[in-house]
Amino acid sequence: MWIWFHKFGSPRYFYDLAGRLIPWLGGACAVLMAVGLYLGLFVAPSDYQQGESYRIIYIHVPSAWMSMFVYVVMASAGTVVLIWRVKLAEIIASVSAPLGASFTFLALATGSLWGKPMWGTWWVWDARLTSELILLFLYFGFMALEAAIEDKRTAARATAILSLVGVINIPIIHYSVYWWNTLHQGATVTKMDTPSIHLSMLIPLLLMAAAFQLYYATVLLMGARTELLSRERRTRWVAEVIRNS
Amino acid sequence: MTPKRRKRVMLISLMVLGIGGATALGLNAFRQNLLFFFSPSQVANGEATTDRAFRLGGMVVDGSLAREDDGLTVRFAVTDTAEVVNVTYTGILPDLFREGQGIVAMGRLDQTGVFKAEEVLAKHDENYMPPEVGEAMKAAQRAKARVEN
Amino acid sequence: MQDFFHMGGYAFYVWPAYALSLVVLMGQLWVAVQRRRKLIRDIEVQNRDPETRT
Repeated sequence: MWIWFHKFGSPRYFYDLAGRLIPWLGGACAVLMAVGLYLGLFVAPSDYQQGESYRIIYIHVPSAWMSMFVYVVMASAGTVVLIWRVKLAEIIASVSAPLGASFTFLALATGSLWGKPMWGTWWVWDARLTSELILLFLYFGFMALEAAIEDKRTAARATAILSLVGVINIPIIHYSVYWWNTLHQGATVTKMDTPSIHLSMLIPLLLMAAAFQLYYATVLLMGARTELLSRERRTRWVAEVIRNS
Repeated sequence: MTPKRRKRVMLISLMVLGIGGATALGLNAFRQNLLFFFSPSQVANGEATTDRAFRLGGMVVDGSLAREDDGLTVRFAVTDTAEVVNVTYTGILPDLFREGQGIVAMGRLDQTGVFKAEEVLAKHDENYMPPEVGEAMKAAQRAKARVEN
Repeated sequence: MQDFFHMGGYAFYVWPAYALSLVVLMGQLWVAVQRRRKLIRDIEVQNRDPETRT
C-alpha cells in the first residue's frame, strides 16, 4: 500500500499513467454522452406533468451531482495536503476548483431555465438554491485565495483549510429539501426506496451522469499533467518528456 | 504515522467538528427563518404572521379552482390534508399549476382569513413518468378508491 | 423533426440549457489543451536558452 502510494505519488509515474488513461476516459465519455443524449432527447417519453421541459434533467442533475462530487474530491485532496503535504494532492485540488465551479454554474443556470416554465420563476431563495449558490461562492473563494498567494505550496495549504471549512455545505445541500420546506422537490434517484422515475427516463440520466464523471476525470488529468510539468519545469524528467514530445 | 502528522490529523478533525457543530447550532437557531413557506396547518395555528406577507404552500384542492368573470382572477383552496386555506390570485399561473398539484403562494391574509396571493409558484414532485403510465396510475387509484367506498 | 426542435413549446428553455452546457464543457476542455500547448512552448524556450536555467 505504501509502496503503491509513493509510486503513484511520483511525478513521472503519474504523468505517464495519466497520459495513457486520458484517451480511454475521453473516448468512453464521448460514447456515453452520445448514447445518453440520443436516448434522453429522442427516445425517452415526455413527462406526464412537465411535458418536454423535463429533458433539462439530463444536464441539470448530472451537473448538480458533479458540483458536489468535485467539492468532496477537492476537500479530500486538501486533507491529504494538510496531513502529508503531497504535491499531487495540491495539484488535484487546484485543477478541480474551476471544473467544480463550472458544474455548479451549470446546475444553477439550467435549473433556472427549468424553473421559469415549471415553477413560474427564474430564482427563489429557498434552502436548496441558496446552498448551491453558496457552493459556487466557495469555489470562487478557493480560486481567489489561491491566486492571491504567490507561493504555490503555501497557497495549497491555505486553500485546503478553506475547502475543509466549506465541506459542511455539502450535506446541507443534499438534505436541504428534507430539513426545510423548499420549492425544490425532493431527491428522485437517491431515495432510500426505489427511484421514482420511469426506467426509460432513468437510463439516459445515469448514462449522462457517468459521462459527466468521465468528463471530469479526463479534464482533471489533462490539467494535472500540465500543472505537474509547470511545477517541475526545472527537473531532468520534464526536460526528457519535452524533448521526446 | 509520525507524531507531527498525528497532531495535524487531530487539528483538522477538531476544526471540522467545530465548524460542523457551530453550523448545526446556527441552522437550528434560524430554522424558522429558513422555512420557505408555511403550511395551512401552521396558518391555522397562527404561526404565520398576519401583518406581513408570507408564503403559503400546499396542494390545490381538487375541484376548488374557480375563475372570476374578469377571466384573470382565480379562487382556489390549498390544503396539507389537515387544514384548508382559501386563496385568491390575479395574474398568470405557471404551466404546472393544476388541481391536486403542490403550489407556493406569496401574499397575506385578509381579515376574513382569505389569502390574497401576489405571486403563485408551482412546486413539482420528484416523480417522472411517461403520460400513459401517469394515466394508468390515476386510473388504478380511482379503481382502488371505488373499491374502498 | 420540427416537433423535436419545438420541444412541446419549451424550446426556449431546453435548447439554451443544452447550448450553455456545451459551451461551458467544451470551453474548459479548450482551456486545458491551450494551457498545455503554451506551457510546452515555454519550457522548450527555457531549455534552449541556458541563461534562464537554474
